[in-house]
Amino acid sequence: MIIGTVLAGFLCLGLCGLLFNRSPLIHRAVYTGCLVLTSVLVGDGLWHIVQSGQEAIPSMVLPFGLPWLKAHFRLDSLSAFFLVAINFPSALASLFGIGYGGHVPEPKRVTPLFPVFLFAMNGVLISDDAFVFLVSWEVMSLSSWLLVLSDHTNPEARRAAMVYLVMAVFGTFCLLSAFGLLAGPTGAYGFVTMRNAHLSPLAGALVVLLALLGTGSKAGLVPLHAWLPLAHPAAPSHVSALMSGVMTKVAIYGLIRILYDLRSDVGWEWGFVMMVLGAVAAALGVLYALMQRDLKTLLAYSTVENVGIIFIALGLALAFRDHGEIALSALSLVAALYHVVNHALFKSLLFLGSGAILQATGERNLDKLGGLLNRMPITGFTFLIGACAISALPPLNGFVSEWLVFQSLFKGPTVAHWAMRFGVPVVGVAMALAAAFAATCFVRAFGIVFLGRPRSKQAEAAVEVPYSMQIAMAIPAVLCLCLGVFPVMVTSGIATVVEPLVHVVLPAAVLGWPWLSPVSLTAGSYSATMVLLTGAGLMITTLLVVHHFGNRAIRRAPIWDCGHREEIVNSQYSADSFAQPLRRVFGSVVFRAREQVEMPPPGEMSPARFSLSMSDPIWNGLYLGIVRVIDAIADRVNLLQFQTVRRYLLMMFLTLVLLLLVVAVRQQ
Amino acid sequence: MNPAEHLASFGRISYDTAHLIGAVILMMSFGLLYQRRLTAVIRTYSLQAMVLALAAAWQALVQDAPHLYASALIALLFKGIAVPFALNWLVRRLGIHRTVETALGIGPTMIAGVGLVALSIVLVLPVTASSTAMTRENLAIAMSVVLLGLLMMITRRNAVTQVVGFMSLENGLILAAVGAKGMPLVVEISIAFSVLVAMALFGIFFFRIRERFDSLDIAYLETFRGERR
Repeated sequence: MIIGTVLAGFLCLGLCGLLFNRSPLIHRAVYTGCLVLTSVLVGDGLWHIVQSGQEAIPSMVLPFGLPWLKAHFRLDSLSAFFLVAINFPSALASLFGIGYGGHVPEPKRVTPLFPVFLFAMNGVLISDDAFVFLVSWEVMSLSSWLLVLSDHTNPEARRAAMVYLVMAVFGTFCLLSAFGLLAGPTGAYGFVTMRNAHLSPLAGALVVLLALLGTGSKAGLVPLHAWLPLAHPAAPSHVSALMSGVMTKVAIYGLIRILYDLRSDVGWEWGFVMMVLGAVAAALGVLYALMQRDLKTLLAYSTVENVGIIFIALGLALAFRDHGEIALSALSLVAALYHVVNHALFKSLLFLGSGAILQATGERNLDKLGGLLNRMPITGFTFLIGACAISALPPLNGFVSEWLVFQSLFKGPTVAHWAMRFGVPVVGVAMALAAAFAATCFVRAFGIVFLGRPRSKQAEAAVEVPYSMQIAMAIPAVLCLCLGVFPVMVTSGIATVVEPLVHVVLPAAVLGWPWLSPVSLTAGSYSATMVLLTGAGLMITTLLVVHHFGNRAIRRAPIWDCGHREEIVNSQYSADSFAQPLRRVFGSVVFRAREQVEMPPPGEMSPARFSLSMSDPIWNGLYLGIVRVIDAIADRVNLLQFQTVRRYLLMMFLTLVLLLLVVAVRQQ
Repeated sequence: MNPAEHLASFGRISYDTAHLIGAVILMMSFGLLYQRRLTAVIRTYSLQAMVLALAAAWQALVQDAPHLYASALIALLFKGIAVPFALNWLVRRLGIHRTVETALGIGPTMIAGVGLVALSIVLVLPVTASSTAMTRENLAIAMSVVLLGLLMMITRRNAVTQVVGFMSLENGLILAAVGAKGMPLVVEISIAFSVLVAMALFGIFFFRIRERFDSLDIAYLETFRGERR
């Protein structure tokens, strides 16, 4: 009931934004409204998670939609969990939007669509039939597409929107087919009947494949990720935070809903496939991120990596479930959902940070930034926390979820099949590599943007953003720390969410608070509180030791100038030079990165030139390949457009005669 | 219907006459393919339409369906007299070259036509095994006429012959319609109207081609569209 009212509220806000788009006040009012409504949804979702198991699952049937199929809504604990995971970052983005929304290139193209986007994402979560699900999904795609297109004068944004639209249509088509197969010939589109549907093995496999393609294309799974690094950065930053931090989670919700709730007999092979795809996405995604010069593109590629990690955990959960290892399956699911929450938090934080940087300097290019920490201390500090969290440094939240994924990954060989036995170590290595790359990537991002000296006039003139935006970044930063320091509370909360899916309650912790040891006492345990206390203790001890036993004599020496002369800021480490070692090792193979130095001939005064070329293997190989094939077919078919009248008649006639012949022959 | 019944229907005068008239219409279709002069083509078409009127009238008598007299009248007056008259007038008025220009020679066209008739007989007879012999033969002949009309449209270059081919195709449809029992008049009227519309369209088409290219050969149209150099 509350949710219905809130969703209607979103639509009203959208309408308000559309009708009164002239006054700048209304933009703020719309974002404030969104903030209030999303906060209500967060509260409602939390309430349902706490209440779960004690009362019946609330559901509702509304008389619209297809005539023979009314609109069904239902809020089980999985929906409630995602309701929280999605609306909390949305609330932050709305809060950020209050200050930021007026500064985007064309506010009146963004403000009305923002609430509609939120409305559609929540609609996906609470739907209980395929029709409502798909309609909400499509409204979500289209509203976000329009948001990407809001900066329509920019040809890059137009291209991004085009690619995004094609991929969104592809994804929806896959999901539509998957639900069609699930509904069967009777067209039972309610999720209730789908749960009990009996499918042939082929149809079952097709459903899984189509669901993977459909949700994977929205979540940004390699190789369906091509639209993501184009579209996410093209939208205004608070919308990018929504798309990257939130919309990908809606896709993951869709996958969990289909594979874990609607289908209960998915084979472990699919889990293996998902695990491997996830590992590829994780390693490749972060490798791409490492090569980017654009801050928002970098963050978008990092989303691909994190989605990959979530897919690894989800795949493991499937494999475990098929082999009857229910407890391990629950553990993997908990790890996946934990990472969902974490990624939603820190990716929103980082995108909001990039928005703040964009507003302060007007730059997204890493090589035009630098030295912002002194000029924007709050943004810098919160961005640092986000970067640490996404790099999985303890005691922050990113570490806990990735550690849980690793814990369940180490248990992978329990599934007695050679593929899992050999696959798990490879996936583990890929994920470890991805984690290390992610750390490098964010050291590079933070270091180039916030440290050193400003590389441009705009960066030099940057000032801190308004308070509302600072608060919107500070809240997730604090939460990143909280979710990292009190993991047992989170895992036990998520365990109740997972329970209806796997029918087992994960033992919260073998040792109990503050030790998180999901598998067993000896296999591995982690206490963030202990880490934090130990770290703090060591720091204090060091400080005391230095203060007490250090030499108090004052020395005078020339200060270190970071290895470059102050007036030549370009001789600092640049984004490209920082990435060079990894680019040479991995990029030369994966991206065919080539460096070329053109030295002037002796005696000439012109400068030497360094140029770098890279190519995207997936875009050039897969996507352009498909485009080429389609072009070739279109060229052939195009001949049909330019025939003579008589030849058209001839073709019709021959087709007719041919069909008649077929009929005649088949009659015999 | 078993073979004995089938044989039994041969002796009946209603069946034999309908069969004869159908065969004449089919012969006229071959005649259309065979003619080398435009006026002869139009005259053959007129003859075919008149025989069609006869077929409709005979069916009206046999089936005791007076509304078929109306379609016989339409066929006679409109297709048998008005349309050929109009076409003749067009040919004279526009001073069109009086020879039929073929895209496929007369001989091969005739052979193809024979093949098409064989195809339609092979096709129709098994499908309609359960209906009366009259309907079966009638449908096979009607389908042959339709296919021959199409054949004429694609093997003749001149626009007038194409129009005639198109209308001969319509004749085949009407033959099928009058042969089937219980076909309401509405359908025939609509078919007649479609011919009328086609006629009007083709009339405009002629004038347009004539205005622009001083010829009715559609090859000029192709050159105009840049497809032939």
